[in-house]
Amino acid sequence: MDIKTVERVATLSRLKMTREEAEKIAPQLSDILSWVEMLSNVDTDNVEPLANVVDIPLKLRKDEVNDGAIADKVLANAPEETGGFYVVPKIVEQDG
Amino acid sequence: MSTLNELTIAKALDGLKNKEFSASELTQACIDAMAQAKHLNAFITETPDLALEQAKASDERRASGQASALDGIPLAIKDLYCTDGVQTTAGSAILKGYTPTYESTVTQNLKDAGVVMLGKANTDEFAMGTTTETSHYGATINPWKAEGDDTDLIPGGSSGGSAAAVAARIALGATGTDTGGSIRQPAAMCGITGIKPTYGRCSRWGIVSYASSFDQAGPMAKTVDDCALLLNEMAGHDAKDSTSANIDVPDFTQGLNGDVKGMKIGIPKEYQVDNMPGGISKLWEQGAKWLKEQGAEIVDISLPTTEHALATYYILVPAEASSNLARYDGVRYGPRVEDENLNEMYAKTRSEGFGVEVKRRIMVGTYTLSAGYYDAYYRKAQRVRRLILEDFNNAFEKCDAILTPPTPSAAFPLGSHQNDPVTMYLNDIFTVPINLAGLPAMSVPATLNSKGLPLGLQIIGKQWDESSVLRVGQAIEKAANFSAQPQSVNKKAA
Repeated sequence: MDIKTVERVATLSRLKMTREEAEKIAPQLSDILSWVEMLSNVDTDNVEPLANVVDIPLKLRKDEVNDGAIADKVLANAPEETGGFYVVPKIVEQDG
Repeated sequence: MSTLNELTIAKALDGLKNKEFSASELTQACIDAMAQAKHLNAFITETPDLALEQAKASDERRASGQASALDGIPLAIKDLYCTDGVQTTAGSAILKGYTPTYESTVTQNLKDAGVVMLGKANTDEFAMGTTTETSHYGATINPWKAEGDDTDLIPGGSSGGSAAAVAARIALGATGTDTGGSIRQPAAMCGITGIKPTYGRCSRWGIVSYASSFDQAGPMAKTVDDCALLLNEMAGHDAKDSTSANIDVPDFTQGLNGDVKGMKIGIPKEYQVDNMPGGISKLWEQGAKWLKEQGAEIVDISLPTTEHALATYYILVPAEASSNLARYDGVRYGPRVEDENLNEMYAKTRSEGFGVEVKRRIMVGTYTLSAGYYDAYYRKAQRVRRLILEDFNNAFEKCDAILTPPTPSAAFPLGSHQNDPVTMYLNDIFTVPINLAGLPAMSVPATLNSKGLPLGLQIIGKQWDESSVLRVGQAIEKAANFSAQPQSVNKKAA
């Protein structure tokens, strides 16, 4: 994995990485990826991917409100909140 | 006579019922042990005042004849379980100060059964590790030391704080979580007992998610019987977790008679790996002999896909983790690193909040899930996962339970593997396949190696058959008669 790929994946991961950190992690990620590469030798033709390891059908419930009115609890750990909302940096740019 | 904190849960319950001591006295003994063992760093957050309050309430319940199944039993709770009003960090800086406003289902179940919480036990950051060294709050030290050697050893991980707290006789039992061995491996390395139930047996609701199709809660304690007592209360269907199974939970203490007569115990030849220390091979043979002497039949089985289990695991788990950990963005909880730009705020917050191993796994997972690689890595690993499950299904046509070592080594010194992730991942070789197949498995302490460090044996069962796992575990326990304690505990008793 080259430095450019590491930087691209870091961006996708929303992680900041200095050049130095990227250079350190690159060979480690390469080691991990070349090690897991061994799976390409396993014959999996006609084998379905397994997502649910135990045979339990996913349950459905009625789409109705069964909880709520706990905004204060939900917001209790927010770094910044106001009037019942989370506060984040401005994302919508204004014209002009 | 041993002090109260050294009792098993079963004995402590007898003592409480017979009014030999109160829950407050029992809890105080544990708090004293906790204070004396601070250097182990078994806890991220200690809650002695809360514990004494809960113990007092328990004594009142018992006095009025309303005691529940585990009333007054002091436990350590892994810091991955959300606890209402008590800081929950998952071992990470990104959740420093996070105080849940709700209780995880499993800890609520335990609270309803009357337990006392001593504190939140240390864990590898987001349970990503096998040594408890990746915790932002410092490594936990194993209460055991090699004979004549004062070097600090790792307790195993990720439930290393829980294992150390039980081994050091601070807590009578503990909760752990197990994604790839995080209950069984530290239990083995600390000379205690721990069971990972079938995937879906315990609710995951309110447990900080790592890899959702693998994570499972389970108990850790000094004996098989104690694990059964804890699991009885922890297990059960929960509408709030769609993967929790709506099937009956048996009384796990029933049929715990250690009788393995006529049971077929499988020995998988693929678990005989190169460079396994002689003591571990010998113990494995001894374990089979013990079961045979008690009337079990030993059968050779084959799990041919074993050699691919680790690679499968280290594709699927980081992928699920990278997705689960996307939620830590400095908006809803945890410390935020300010920036005028939203994306910069996310990235700065995450870079500051996550440790090295977590970043590594997020990067691996993001890469294997990214466009162009998804089929080659993630889908491929999901296909191999099915082959691994089928291996076990085939094996269980020939046997009722499987016996293996839980770890390829005893506890090792702190800092041994930190710069070499792949070598560290190889520690998980005997535990990971079980999570890939969603099976129940437990580790039972069985002997000391030549350096005086504990070694365990692992019993693996069919899905939903924890009862057989516990029964075989108890047969091993009976034959092994493991009574050794960490030197620090012996010193105190002397």
